[in-house]
Amino acid sequence: MLQGKIALVTGSSRGIGRAIALELAKQGANIAVNYAGSEDKAEEVVQEIKALGVEAIKIKANVANEDDVKAMIKEVTKTFGALHILVNNAGITRDNLLMRMKVEDFDDVIETNLKGAFLCTKTVTRQMMKQKEGRIINIASIVGVSGNPGQANYVAAKAGMIGLTKSTAKELASRNILVNAIAPGFITTDMTDILTEEQKEAMLATIPLEKLGEPEDIANVVTFLASDKSKYITGQTIHVDGGMVM
Amino acid sequence: MTEVFEKVKEIIVEQLDVDEADVTMEASFRDDLDADSLDVVELVMELEDEFDIEIADEEAEKINTVGDAVSYIANNQ
Repeated sequence: MLQGKIALVTGSSRGIGRAIALELAKQGANIAVNYAGSEDKAEEVVQEIKALGVEAIKIKANVANEDDVKAMIKEVTKTFGALHILVNNAGITRDNLLMRMKVEDFDDVIETNLKGAFLCTKTVTRQMMKQKEGRIINIASIVGVSGNPGQANYVAAKAGMIGLTKSTAKELASRNILVNAIAPGFITTDMTDILTEEQKEAMLATIPLEKLGEPEDIANVVTFLASDKSKYITGQTIHVDGGMVM
Repeated sequence: MTEVFEKVKEIIVEQLDVDEADVTMEASFRDDLDADSLDVVELVMELEDEFDIEIADEEAEKINTVGDAVSYIANNQ
């Protein structure tokens, strides 16, 4: 489905990002695996992707840093000659009750999760406009739609991502650059592993499909949005949450 | 300067799909040549590639007429 396409997935050394990178590779895309700290894990992902028969490179970059992002995009276009798919997946949490939340923790989450998506989007636009072709997929979160106690910073950033998606979609539509967001519900990853049994039980009670999702559930939707099959969809936020929020 | 102007005119005619006669030094991209902001951004990108120069965002924002583009390029080649 994605034969010959070049994809950059930020934060893809682990979790949902990793699953996305692997699935895009299975569909034939060459992948740039971005990571901030987990170099070994990123290398593992690169090797797994190469074993699938496509090209892959790993690039260290802090998405909240403009120079890092510019260097990263330059490396992708230099290595592969093009950049068709950007998946803004890099994200962190710094949970706390709002009245206890440190200002740095608010700032850090906004920087990585929201500003990172803005910087990556801004930097790839030039290449995508030249190509008159591009797909940008923002990995938001269902809590960005519904809110969640203890995650004011994360929710604000993810809700911001949804807004960014719409603006970007409207700005770039005329150049055949489609921009959509995915709002994952509760997916089994490092981020949700740290929840207590009690918290997991409480969550399951709100999910009609009565189970947590898997990273592949998100990766499959990303693949669809990156492909020609979704050519009439832009500016949308697709909930992949077992029916939790309708 | 005229060489630069001729080249710039060529690119504008192609990018904005306008008549050569309309592309004068005084012509404003938005008001006279019917370009929207995205058209202008693309045009600047095209000029950067053609003349092998980099135009910083702050400078690019000041380019509103054909003359602005020609002067910038002539001064920065």
